[in-house]
Amino acid sequence: MLKMHDISKIYRTDLIETHALRSFSLEVAAGEFIAVTGPSGSGKTTFLNVAGLLESFDSGRYELDGEDVSHLSDNARSRLRNEKIGFIFQSFNLIPDLNVYDNVDVPLRYRRLKAADRNERITSALDLVGLRSRMKHMPSQLSGGQQQRVAIARAIAGDPAFLLADEPTGNLDSLMARQVMDLLEQINEMGTTIILVTHDPELARRAHRNVHIVDGQISSFKAYEPAAHRPAPVPEGARESGAAQL
Amino acid sequence: MLSYYLRLALKSFARTPGLTALMVCAIGFGIAGCVMILTVYHTESGNPIWWKNDRLYAVTMDSYDPAQPADKKHPSLPPAQLTYMDASYVHSSRIPQRSVVMFKSGGVLSGGIVDRKPVPVIARVTTSDFFAMFDVPFLYGSGWNASADSAPAPQIVISRKENTKLFGGINSVGRTIRWNDHEFRIVGVLNSWNPLPKFYDLNNGPFDDTEDVYIPFGWAQALQLQTAGSSSCWGAQEVKTYRDLLGSECLWIQMWVELPNKAALGRMQGFLDSYWSEQHRAGRFQRPRNNRLTNVDQWLADNDVVGDDDRVLVGLAFAFFAVCLINSVGMLLAKFLNGAAITGVRRALGASRRDVFTQHLVEVGALSATGALLGLGLSYLGLWGVRELHSLSATIGSGVQELARMDGTSVIVTMLLAIVAALAAGLYPAWRVGRLPPAVYLKSQ
Repeated sequence: MLKMHDISKIYRTDLIETHALRSFSLEVAAGEFIAVTGPSGSGKTTFLNVAGLLESFDSGRYELDGEDVSHLSDNARSRLRNEKIGFIFQSFNLIPDLNVYDNVDVPLRYRRLKAADRNERITSALDLVGLRSRMKHMPSQLSGGQQQRVAIARAIAGDPAFLLADEPTGNLDSLMARQVMDLLEQINEMGTTIILVTHDPELARRAHRNVHIVDGQISSFKAYEPAAHRPAPVPEGARESGAAQL
Repeated sequence: MLSYYLRLALKSFARTPGLTALMVCAIGFGIAGCVMILTVYHTESGNPIWWKNDRLYAVTMDSYDPAQPADKKHPSLPPAQLTYMDASYVHSSRIPQRSVVMFKSGGVLSGGIVDRKPVPVIARVTTSDFFAMFDVPFLYGSGWNASADSAPAPQIVISRKENTKLFGGINSVGRTIRWNDHEFRIVGVLNSWNPLPKFYDLNNGPFDDTEDVYIPFGWAQALQLQTAGSSSCWGAQEVKTYRDLLGSECLWIQMWVELPNKAALGRMQGFLDSYWSEQHRAGRFQRPRNNRLTNVDQWLADNDVVGDDDRVLVGLAFAFFAVCLINSVGMLLAKFLNGAAITGVRRALGASRRDVFTQHLVEVGALSATGALLGLGLSYLGLWGVRELHSLSATIGSGVQELARMDGTSVIVTMLLAIVAALAAGLYPAWRVGRLPPAVYLKSQ
């Protein structure tokens, strides 16, 4: 459960103040898949950064999994980020000089897990995204779609309760985008709460609920009947052949 | 995590090889400059017989010209050497456990089993306590008996180097050699011994080699041996004969005593003062009473073994190292900030500020260890160059070359200096990169 109440976030410079979030309140239930939409500069990414404990906020209250995280130390925030949250970024953000295996290993290292445990989690995550055979590849040897799947594997390897995705399909063509969305849906069905920031209304419709943000405030909610509105899943064969083309 | 951080450090080096090489060079050259100077300074400023610092004392008395001090640079100090008369009298005291009077002389040496022409050698004309007092190591045999100090016995001690030249290094004790056309029987062969600084005779070069042969003091009068070192005469007295020299106010004898405790030190000081009073009443010692028993540490300091130039040089070497480190700080900051996007990703994935700080500090540590190794290599190379330069000069003894030699302490100090200094320099860049807001860099990667 993610619960934000009356959150405000202001970016200040010497000359101006920018209200990125204004009295922002939102509750996301465990296992939910929500899409956050809105025009550029509306505060979507700020919301995601605050939700992901990457940025602090100026006022309000934020509870993550029942714990008030408003005033936690850097160590505590880092630990929560590591244990409860997985991130997926538009530009994948893989570490270029680490191979696929080592990239997925990064969050597990900071959890101080034993090598055998890490290895099991990494191989399982890579199995799920269909890239186990590429674990020794460097990011530069992979296509964009494959890189994003590695990023998803990295995000879920630690078995987080929440997955925060910021325009995860923004750098992908439509076929790859659908594959990534399929994967996210699959992960959500396994119980992970997903918050997806996107510009794409078609992708947003695949979520359980849409939250539209304008000027740092929620302007509307929209709930979907998932099965009725989602596009047909990509057939297995197409996914594999798509992966081969990536 | 340490091995993980080390692996990341190596990857980071591979990511920016040019910048890494520059930083390693900056640390390496800074360290090398510092260590070369410090090595020389360390040897210069060391006490080569520190374990006897509270037992060995140089004996000095101010019998110099009442119109001027012996050393204008240090007017409060008595002359470093004694007259023959004073040295002989003080040497007769039974207070010291051991007592040595001596001077540097020269001569021609021949004989041995190796066919060699007579060659000039440096001799030390000294008393029998010399060897035990200064813990001189013997390879074969020993020193001569005290009786040879007054009634000259044809006994001689030679250095290991001369023994190798004359006898090919075998035990030559009991064999005969010729020194200044007189036959001497070898009673002892010294093992390698080269105290630096050569504390027992700083008048004749603190970094000169030790002597080739050692002759009993009793031969001084018998052979009318002159000093081959420095001597200082004052006033208008004429010194025409050897007898004149022995009775003159010329200062040319070095004297040391070994006193086992403070009580003996007090008694010896009293003995000197009584002698001074007696001589003063007789018309000598017209300068203020200034009789000293100086331990080795103070003796080295009084004689400026470590000069002001050396201290300035050490300061300059550290300044150079500081400049190198400051440059390294700039380069580290540039390198770490250049990798801020990756750091941002790591932060998003759960790395705390402390994790980021530690990771970068390990990288700095690896960098500084590499720089230290380079610095060590450069130091060895530089000091080797110094030794080679000195070896080309026939007038400079191997003592100067010994100054330019690293010992175990120097190696350890080098490594610690490099790592501690570079880690200190890396603290700010490592801290700074940990404080970067990760969200800013996640979008920009």
